[in-house]
Amino acid sequence: MDDLIADFVAESREMLEALGGEIVAWEANPDDRSRLDSIFRFVHTVKGNCGFFDFPRLEALSHAAEDALADVRAGRRQADGPLVSAVLAIIDRIGEMIGAIEAGEGIPDGDDSSLFAALEPGAEMTAAPVAAAVVEGAGRSAAPRTIRLSVELLDRVMSTVSDMVLARNELARRLRESSTEVSVDGAFERLSSIIAEMRDAITRTRMQRIENLFVALPRMVRDLSAELGKQVLVDIEGGDVELDREMIEMIRDPLTHIIRNAVDHGIEKPADRLKGGKREIGLLSVSARQSGNQILIDIHDDGRGIDGKKLVEKAISSGTLDKAGAAQLSPREQLALIFEAGLSTASEVTAISGRGVGMDVVRSNVERIGGIVEVDSKLGEGTRMTLRVPLTLTIIPALTVSIGSHHFAIPRSAIEEIVRANGDSVTFDSLGGAGIATIRGRRVPEVALADILGLESQVRPEERNFVVLRPAGGDLYALAVDRIHDHEELVVKPAAPAVMATGLYAGTTLADDGSPILLFDPAGLAQVGGVKLETHERAARVAEGPAVDKAQTIQVLLFRGLDGARRALRLAVVDRIEEVPAKSIRKAAGQLRVQLGDSILPLAGVNADLPKDEKVRVFRLNDGTHEIGYAFREVIDLSALERDVILSDNGGEVSGVTLIDGEPAELVDAHWLFANHVGLSARSGSRKLVCKLPTADSWMQNMLRPIVEAAGYRVVGDEYEGQPELVIASQGEKVKTDPSGRQIVLRPEREGDDQETIYRYDRAGLLMALKAAGVGGGK
Amino acid sequence: MNELLLIVSIGEQRVALPAAAVESVVELDTLIPVPRAPPHVAGLSALRSRVLTVIDCLRSLELGVSDCSEGIREAAVVELDGHHYALIVDVVEDVVEAISDPSPVRAAMEAGWERASIGMVETETGPILLVDVAALISGAEARAA
Repeated sequence: MDDLIADFVAESREMLEALGGEIVAWEANPDDRSRLDSIFRFVHTVKGNCGFFDFPRLEALSHAAEDALADVRAGRRQADGPLVSAVLAIIDRIGEMIGAIEAGEGIPDGDDSSLFAALEPGAEMTAAPVAAAVVEGAGRSAAPRTIRLSVELLDRVMSTVSDMVLARNELARRLRESSTEVSVDGAFERLSSIIAEMRDAITRTRMQRIENLFVALPRMVRDLSAELGKQVLVDIEGGDVELDREMIEMIRDPLTHIIRNAVDHGIEKPADRLKGGKREIGLLSVSARQSGNQILIDIHDDGRGIDGKKLVEKAISSGTLDKAGAAQLSPREQLALIFEAGLSTASEVTAISGRGVGMDVVRSNVERIGGIVEVDSKLGEGTRMTLRVPLTLTIIPALTVSIGSHHFAIPRSAIEEIVRANGDSVTFDSLGGAGIATIRGRRVPEVALADILGLESQVRPEERNFVVLRPAGGDLYALAVDRIHDHEELVVKPAAPAVMATGLYAGTTLADDGSPILLFDPAGLAQVGGVKLETHERAARVAEGPAVDKAQTIQVLLFRGLDGARRALRLAVVDRIEEVPAKSIRKAAGQLRVQLGDSILPLAGVNADLPKDEKVRVFRLNDGTHEIGYAFREVIDLSALERDVILSDNGGEVSGVTLIDGEPAELVDAHWLFANHVGLSARSGSRKLVCKLPTADSWMQNMLRPIVEAAGYRVVGDEYEGQPELVIASQGEKVKTDPSGRQIVLRPEREGDDQETIYRYDRAGLLMALKAAGVGGGK
Repeated sequence: MNELLLIVSIGEQRVALPAAAVESVVELDTLIPVPRAPPHVAGLSALRSRVLTVIDCLRSLELGVSDCSEGIREAAVVELDGHHYALIVDVVEDVVEAISDPSPVRAAMEAGWERASIGMVETETGPILLVDVAALISGAEARAA
């Protein structure tokens, strides 16, 4: 607090000094608007600060002067001689009091009523300054040894130091190359450590305590809660965390907005709180802490929380989300909808938070500086918003990648994950020349960096690496690169205008080896690469079936079924062709199913005996949400449906016949296939089945969980209070089962014949059991 | 006080750059291309821990393409709006004193030169064309746009 008072005194003194000339000039010419404005600003600032520091006398003085000046500014009053004198008298009195505070004496008692009276319109010039009740502080305390610097100067020093670090790196490289004497190395080491120290110190000059951001909060919350008839207690922690001052400015607005929201929409009125069994006074805690090179700011209220379902409804009614997409959202994703443009759960827009600035703006502002906003909320218990922002703007952690011999850097904050093209969980499809990557069931547009840059890639497509990027405010896309190198901390500088004009780059920097390297702007890359970023992630989450051909001709896949019949299937529903051993086709849970990788699909097309001990080829059909398999003997050709289709009279697997390439072919009705096979599996796509795994069992969590999730379950832990469709437990453990819920019991030994348990590494058995449980549980 | 000129040759033409604008003359060895940048941006290079944007003057003047493949090229380093550029030239010859102010060239020059010309200045060795550094940096495309 003492620091803050010292700041306040210093600031007020500075303003007073600057004001000295203004006051005289204003006295000479009371109509001078700009002088009036600067005096008004002064009393206004003093008033604001006093409210915070609890200097009631000072506040009353400045408030009175502010009121009078406001009248003049609004044209309600003329700045006549008596008014000018009265205001000047008040400013003098303020100056005296500030002197007293500076001397550590506190504000003396005294009577200012004569000054107030002098301010009244029509007051006579009687306000002969009452003998100052303030004793001039004898012997000014020594001023603290500080100076004020412009941020520009600091920036220049900072950038010079960055240059110095780079120069040092280059020198280090040169020294390594040429054999040098030990004494040179020693001197260089010393230089290095001095430079490192200096960089630290300089970085710190740009650092400010986050307290500077937090000091205004209690006042703001107090005003807000008074206005709204609420009671809110603010708890602030971690004010001593330091952050780049630029960054502090950048998060000021988002933070303010989140707090306004918390007070306005989060915390309930006292009566409602009592009804809900809470204390009348709401608690809003704001805390900051450093974690690595990030600062985490938590804003937590114990209010009513965010209703994820309501958000989903809103999103559906406003058209930002479709029903199918809504069903796929996890509770966390539902909450994240609050960051979508135009969504707010508050039923009415209030003057406090409904100011046209939504959480979407908060998110994009935070993401612009390389930060993240997260939200977590429990209905009825409160909401926690977490801002994660980098420590500084100038040093960016980046990943270096290459195409051929060209190296580039990608800001790490935009990188979602890195996958290999030949990994199991990734497949690639080409749609009309555009690439689509399917990463664990999620479809994301794929662009090759080499194509964007017009460079020659020296790596075959299947050996490339993919960097999955999420540009600020945009949607995921996968960037194919030849190689991925290192993580580096780069000091980034803006590049020349001609380079920036490409839209691809965010800046340049020198890599550790001294060569220049370009830093990409992920959003720019996407734009140049033709990736549309408007659609948000939900659209990508629900994997759509491959796009239907634009042309009128319908592409069909001509094949021979297991029974030898010539058939055709619309190409659009065929995801891919797989070959499986005949033994992975089994009858389970009432129908034939095929195991493809980690998933088990209903199998259609088995209209003849399966070839024994041979591979069976299977089409993987996809309608956007479900997959089924279709067994066949061989593919004949890709063709187009040109002739009329003679429809079949009785519905069934074959919807009609047509001539393809001069020979009749049966057209398979994909709709019928899905209706019959998916219908049987009864997995209503609207909701994921819930499977409960013991939280503490690390084998379950680490080994089993991925399989269960891949089978389409949502995995919950012991704390889950609802009714899971499936419980998995180890043999010997006591599990409270519900007659309606199913359970799978795993046994640790391979041996053992009982039907009740499954050996825990019997993958196929497990998958079958999962599938079977899903069929039963979903009904 | 007459202006000092740096005499360089670009595309077999002797021309002058205002010496005050030129920070140094360097030999570039590494050149990192900038994909998708305008063609006259030959790439990036590093000089004393600074990133230089390398400008191919021939390209900028629409006179052809400098051959940067065989390593070392001479270049004049200039600063414009806080960014450092290296202008690739054939040869850096000399620094001379201008004995006149630039005057318009009334003869018809090639389009590229016309765009980058400040005017003709007299030196002790005869008249020479004074070239605008900013015009070299912005290149042909920027003007056309």
